[in-house]
Amino acid sequence: MRLATREAFTGFRKSPLLSVLGIVTIAFSLFAFGLFALVALNIRNALQAVEERVEIRAFVADGTSPEAIATAMGDIGSFPEVQQVTYVSPDDALVRAKEEMREFSDVFESGFLPGSMDIRLRPGFRDPATVKAVADRAGTYQFVDDVRYGQEWVEKLYRLRTLATFAGLALGAAFALVAVIIIGATIRTAVLARSREIAIMRLVGATDGFVRMPFLIDGFVKGVLGGLLALGMTWFAAQTITRHMIQTEFFDARVAALGVIAGALIGLLGSLFSVGRHLKEV
Amino acid sequence: MIRFQGVGKEYPRTGIALSHITFHLRKGEFAFLTGPSGSGKSTILKLAYMEEKPSHGDVRVSGLSGRGASRREVAKLRRKLGIVFQDFRLLEDRNAEANVAFALEVTDTPKAAIQPRVHRALAQVGLASKATSFPRELSGGEQQRVAIARALVNDPFVLIADEPTGNLDDRATRGIFQLLRDINSTGTAVLMATHDLDLVRRADYRVIELNHGRIVYDSAEPPPTEAAGGAP
Ligand SMILES: Nc1ncnc2c1ncn2[C@@H]1O[C@H](COP(=O)(O)OP(=O)(O)OP(=O)(O)O)[C@@H](O)[C@H]1O
Ligand SMILES: [Mg+2]
Repeated sequence: MRLATREAFTGFRKSPLLSVLGIVTIAFSLFAFGLFALVALNIRNALQAVEERVEIRAFVADGTSPEAIATAMGDIGSFPEVQQVTYVSPDDALVRAKEEMREFSDVFESGFLPGSMDIRLRPGFRDPATVKAVADRAGTYQFVDDVRYGQEWVEKLYRLRTLATFAGLALGAAFALVAVIIIGATIRTAVLARSREIAIMRLVGATDGFVRMPFLIDGFVKGVLGGLLALGMTWFAAQTITRHMIQTEFFDARVAALGVIAGALIGLLGSLFSVGRHLKEV
Repeated sequence: MIRFQGVGKEYPRTGIALSHITFHLRKGEFAFLTGPSGSGKSTILKLAYMEEKPSHGDVRVSGLSGRGASRREVAKLRRKLGIVFQDFRLLEDRNAEANVAFALEVTDTPKAAIQPRVHRALAQVGLASKATSFPRELSGGEQQRVAIARALVNDPFVLIADEPTGNLDDRATRGIFQLLRDINSTGTAVLMATHDLDLVRRADYRVIELNHGRIVYDSAEPPPTEAAGGAP
């Protein structure tokens, strides 16, 4: 271990340029990933805010008795998916419509709006399938004329989010692969530069694990440094966007640590591949 | 010790390098491997230190089978072997004692034990005074002595030497050979490939002669030609 650590740092000493290149490529791959994750995070936050407003409106026929409405609301309120049911009377609906669309308030002056039961769902039950299921159940009441829940809109929202997640994962994996290959190539150069030494090590009875160790430490350290650099760059990018465009939220400490760990893993994987390949050849 | 039993070796592109190799190197024995270039001397040594696996038959070294040995077992075995080559294989950026210490460092020897053992090995090869010299500051014979010290530092039971004097002049050759004899006299077996017949004649050691990948003469065995290819 002593020797391994020392050997690992001779890599830095003997080829500083290559080492820096390795670190920077890890940093850039993770930075690209980080930027995407940052966008995804902020989209997600935005979606969550929008999602909270997902609401089902069951319009009640004119002249329905208050008792019938109260019973239905009790029923609906006891669905496990439902957070809250509120009754909006025709008068309230008019007031609300006027508030929501101030500039058209005169249009509603003499108009009539139906009363409705407004259903809000619990977090975690706001996906299109659940929304539709609850809406369908609300529609089974005789006195419910129509149920609206912005169905297309909800579905689009979800598709966007799914797309964002998959694109993020695919891009992230691609970038990580590129980083593994690049760091593998830099470690491979280090391995080749020391192939003579490795041959002698094996001749005098060093195990593969021992031969591998300095390169793994090398890759690990480079990975961690690359991860930290990427974190710094991503943070800087987030600050810049916040200053010049819109308020963006940064990763929490756990996700940030995960990024550095990912860097370390990339470094380790890269060196494992190149040393493994070399050991297979000799 | 080292036992070859019906060993054949085929390389992927060049074909058959060895066939029907059977011999047994006993404890403390000194044996020469001779034969023309390409006859398979180095291949036999590679099989002995398990750099190559036999294609047929088996090689057993200190109880380990060359057919089934894992890389880890091979690494452990090599700690009990001393291996030297024609080209010394020293690390140019380390001085003599660091080169010898290298063999102990990579096998996880406790730090405190390294220094005394390195000095003992260097003294054994007569290089105590050049411990801090770098390979480029040493003659060929001295470099080979460092390599031998590195091979000895783990107290091997056998020294495997592939043309150890191949790059040396007469004087240095005699010096290295004498060193190998001294090492052998302390109980370490020696298996040495050479095509220096002068050297072979100078001592009364066992000679195994190869030609085209077969043993054509072994001074420790009755002549094989009559017995093996004899009348029905
Ligand atoms: N790694 C290898 N791959 C393929 N063929 C090989 C390899 N090593 C040796 N050979 C072949 O095996 C045969 C024996 O080679 P080997 O090196 O054992 O001979 P040698 O007796 O040591 O010769 P020399 O006296 O020149 O060192 C040769 O024909 C050679 O071409
Ligand atoms: Mg040879």
